[in-house]
Amino acid sequence: MTAGYEAVIGIECHVELRTRTKMFCGCVNEFGGEPNTKICPVCLGMPGALPVPNAAAIEHIITAGLAFGAEIPAFSKFDRKNYFYPDMPKDYQISQYDMPLTRGGAVRYWLEDGTLKECALTRIHLEEDTGKSTHAGSGDGRIAGSSYSLVDFNRAGVPLMECVSEPELHNAQEAIGYLESLRRTLLALGVSDVKMEEGSLRCDANVSIRPSGSSELGTKTEIKNMNSFRSVERAIESEIARQIEVVGGGGRVVQETRGWDEVNGVTHPMRSKEEAHDYRYFPDPDLVPLEIAHERVELLRTELPELPWQRFERYTAQYGLAPKQATQLLDNLSLATYYDRVVDASGNAQQSSNFVLGELSRLANETGVAVAESSVSPEHVAELIALVEGKRINSKIAKELLARMWSGAGSPAAIVEREGLAQTTDPAAIERFVDEVLAANEKVVADYKAGKTNVMGFLVGQVMKSSRGKADPAIVNELVRKKLT
Amino acid sequence: MRREHIEKSAAEIAAQVRSGRVSAAEIVEETLAHVDLVDGALGSYLTVLADAARAAAVRVDERVRGGEQLPLAGVPLAVKDNMCLDGTRTTCGSKILERWIAPYTATAVARMLDAGAIAIGKANCDEFAMGSSCENSALGVTRNPYDPARVPGGSSGGSAAAVAAYEAAVGLGSDTGGSIREPGAFCNLVAFKPTYGRVSRYGLIAFASSLDQIGPLTRTVEDAALAYDAMAGYDPMDATSIDRPVEATASALREDLRGLRVGIVREFDTKALGPDLDRIYRQAYGDLERLGAEVVEVSLPTAEYGVATYYLIAPAECSSNLARFDGVRYGLRVEGNDVRAMYDKTRAAGFGPEVKRRILIGTYALSSGYYDAYYVRAQKARTLIARDFAVAFEQCDLIACPAASCPAFQFGAKSDPYSMYLMDYYTIPMSLAGLPALSVPCGWTTPADGNLPMPIGLQLCTPLFGERLLLGAAHAYERATNHAGARQPVLDGVRA
Amino acid sequence: MASETIDIRYVAKLAALALTDDEVETFGRQLSDLLEHVNALSRLDIESVAATAQVVESRNVMREDTPRPCLDRERVLAEAPQRQGAFFRVPRIIAE
Ligand SMILES: [Mg+2]
Ligand SMILES: [Zn+2]
Repeated sequence: MTAGYEAVIGIECHVELRTRTKMFCGCVNEFGGEPNTKICPVCLGMPGALPVPNAAAIEHIITAGLAFGAEIPAFSKFDRKNYFYPDMPKDYQISQYDMPLTRGGAVRYWLEDGTLKECALTRIHLEEDTGKSTHAGSGDGRIAGSSYSLVDFNRAGVPLMECVSEPELHNAQEAIGYLESLRRTLLALGVSDVKMEEGSLRCDANVSIRPSGSSELGTKTEIKNMNSFRSVERAIESEIARQIEVVGGGGRVVQETRGWDEVNGVTHPMRSKEEAHDYRYFPDPDLVPLEIAHERVELLRTELPELPWQRFERYTAQYGLAPKQATQLLDNLSLATYYDRVVDASGNAQQSSNFVLGELSRLANETGVAVAESSVSPEHVAELIALVEGKRINSKIAKELLARMWSGAGSPAAIVEREGLAQTTDPAAIERFVDEVLAANEKVVADYKAGKTNVMGFLVGQVMKSSRGKADPAIVNELVRKKLT
Repeated sequence: MRREHIEKSAAEIAAQVRSGRVSAAEIVEETLAHVDLVDGALGSYLTVLADAARAAAVRVDERVRGGEQLPLAGVPLAVKDNMCLDGTRTTCGSKILERWIAPYTATAVARMLDAGAIAIGKANCDEFAMGSSCENSALGVTRNPYDPARVPGGSSGGSAAAVAAYEAAVGLGSDTGGSIREPGAFCNLVAFKPTYGRVSRYGLIAFASSLDQIGPLTRTVEDAALAYDAMAGYDPMDATSIDRPVEATASALREDLRGLRVGIVREFDTKALGPDLDRIYRQAYGDLERLGAEVVEVSLPTAEYGVATYYLIAPAECSSNLARFDGVRYGLRVEGNDVRAMYDKTRAAGFGPEVKRRILIGTYALSSGYYDAYYVRAQKARTLIARDFAVAFEQCDLIACPAASCPAFQFGAKSDPYSMYLMDYYTIPMSLAGLPALSVPCGWTTPADGNLPMPIGLQLCTPLFGERLLLGAAHAYERATNHAGARQPVLDGVRA
Repeated sequence: MASETIDIRYVAKLAALALTDDEVETFGRQLSDLLEHVNALSRLDIESVAATAQVVESRNVMREDTPRPCLDRERVLAEAPQRQGAFFRVPRIIAE
């Protein structure tokens, strides 16, 4: 960032909740599907139809609030936000205005280098999603220049969590850290799939800049249309740069909504604040207020799982994993849970991480089967780690064993026992292999003696090969070096 | 004209059908023939469901033969056209829904049909239930069966006219500020608005959600009780319907009013209604006393603010409720260059002037800068009005007062919107407080501009959930006075 | 609750209603008249009074998260003023 300025960023997320049914009706809540098949009088806003709130969606919001340390007010209600839009069936959205389900709290997140940070939340509230418009006639599917639109109401009425942060983020990396942590937490809670590519996570960023050291807020712009974390990062960076250029050139930032243009890598104006809507919020008379029982909240609090940032701290501070390893594990919850079981059984956090993130993840990638779904049990991995630690097998054998375990071979200790795969550590036995190899490779030996010391690795490899991988590589190394000098 | 069965009460018709003395099919045929004869002139119905009614009658007769004790077996039913009935046109009296076929059935209607009632037709109403004369219907004129030169009242005017003219034994109406009680009073009927939330609103096309309530229009109190008993109770499809047990009212009908205190409202001075109505209401209060009630004076000091309060809250809610009529998913569309133009033109062409007026005032009352001054203030006034009733009911068990300030008027007599709004002066306070209230016939008066006597309604009202007492007391009054039976509708004149 | 003239065109825009000039005049006058009557409410002392949104006090009415049958698509689309295949079709949306 250009010296002299600090950026101030707040993020507003809309997250579709994972429930079986929609927010106010019994239609299934599923992504995609044949257009206009998941609709009923209620979510299509038909005359006479009435909304009835989904209890599970309300619990999801409270659970999310608790995970972020938010306050759960004893009283909450639904309001109508009135504006006309073709994919909004009732031409008002049932939302929450002045009495959201949760207030305050904070998202704890970490940066790539492992620094833990937090960003306060303003509120989390519950509302309903709109349908989906496809813009046609313009060739590129964009609204600008389109001549008509096609509407699918399958998504209309899906429960939507709106999560608003305070303006406490200061660069794109922090914004991404925040979003990643929010995503991981909601996944860990099981309240959403949080898939940006399916639209179950959508976010807008409010960006402003101010002179470094100033505590006043500059004029903000709201950035929309960001379809991936990567575009959030690029959009924020581009917008900060643009604002600095405007201000640096003696101009003023205009309060407006700007759209992110993925192709050209710039934001462009969408509408200015003067045309802001008059939403005419008022309490929805079709719904009755919510009184959230203290006991219910406390019960939900006790049901909270260990949260991603707590796990991150455990992995880095307690287990000594590198931030990158910890993050990798946390990016895949089932893998992290698997990892925890391996650690529990092996007592060796670092080795467990090496196996889980290394060979096991490689096998998972190769076969398309998740580690946690594979036939390798965490206990067997722990057994393997014990074999390596006890120098009963070397890492090469361990790798081979894992491949066999992946195919269902079962206990590694049993295989080692049955097939005599235990590592050879007897120097006399290893020396015989070394002598054989040196005798069979006179030319290479001569090269070495002529100064081409890099052939050493080849010779060691040959020894390992003739021992069928069982020789202790450390002893092989030592013996080969000794014999050559 | 043969009206062998259909002039009977719903209770009598159902008893006869249950006993097998007459079939539902015969009742339906007689009703349809009669509708054929009179409805061209009366205009109670927007849609007559002849085929569906015949098919339904066959099913009811089967159920009766199967031994089911249907409380409304074979009872001809008029459904106000703001209630959905699966597969039938449901218009709300509006051009915007003129051709809309509802794909589902309102809970209250479904419960009536389940109890054996047979929907004869969809009855005319003021557009989106906004009005007090049925003159705001965009789809037809309905005449008062007691004087075709006069309005039937509104907004449930079609249901009221249908029942008064024997085109149905029970009419379903919806009451937001008096839309059951006022047409009931104008058409010599028992017209009952239950406690808010007692009858499900699911499938009732909303006007003002916090006020709308479905109720019956009938020729006897007993019929109102039977209909209410069939419809009332919690509906999981309506979050504002009340989840507590309903005690049957049909078994609570009384013959006297001994032990009850009836409150007469000091602020509702009937002298202001002219000597004839003053005399009728004084006599009615006297009759209540003769039936054993202790008559006491109570005060509703804020009731005079009812109309002002109502004409902020109801339009505010309706401005939002009616936003969905936008030409996208159903109903009328007028094409435009872009979607915005399409909305504006569709709604301009689809809504009549009264609906537009209320949408505009409601939008204004909710808009930025005016919300607190209008909408919130009205909600607070609503609290005061409800509180007045609570205080009054410390001194009495039920309140008696006029149902309307005049008898049915001639078409076009109330051209100024506000004078029409004042028609609901006596019914709005109960609506704002959510109270159960009904109108029962209490006398006849011949208006100065006519020569036919027109019916007058006495309004009775109790605290929330007081339906048993309310219908019980009304029954005692009806039995003792029988004002309704004093005259017949002028159907023969209409036919000509 | 001072009496003020209503910007009827702005209100009509919010309400998505096209009004003719005559309607602007008539409705403007009628709404001002009505507000005049409604202003009577300012005589009430309501500072400390709670607002009533729902007259019958009821709380926490919800449904279980259990699916119910959906409507038949053809039946729904048959009511559409304009459809294209399985979609509702609407005129050009002007980005706002
Ligand atoms: Mg939102
Ligand atoms: Zn639905």
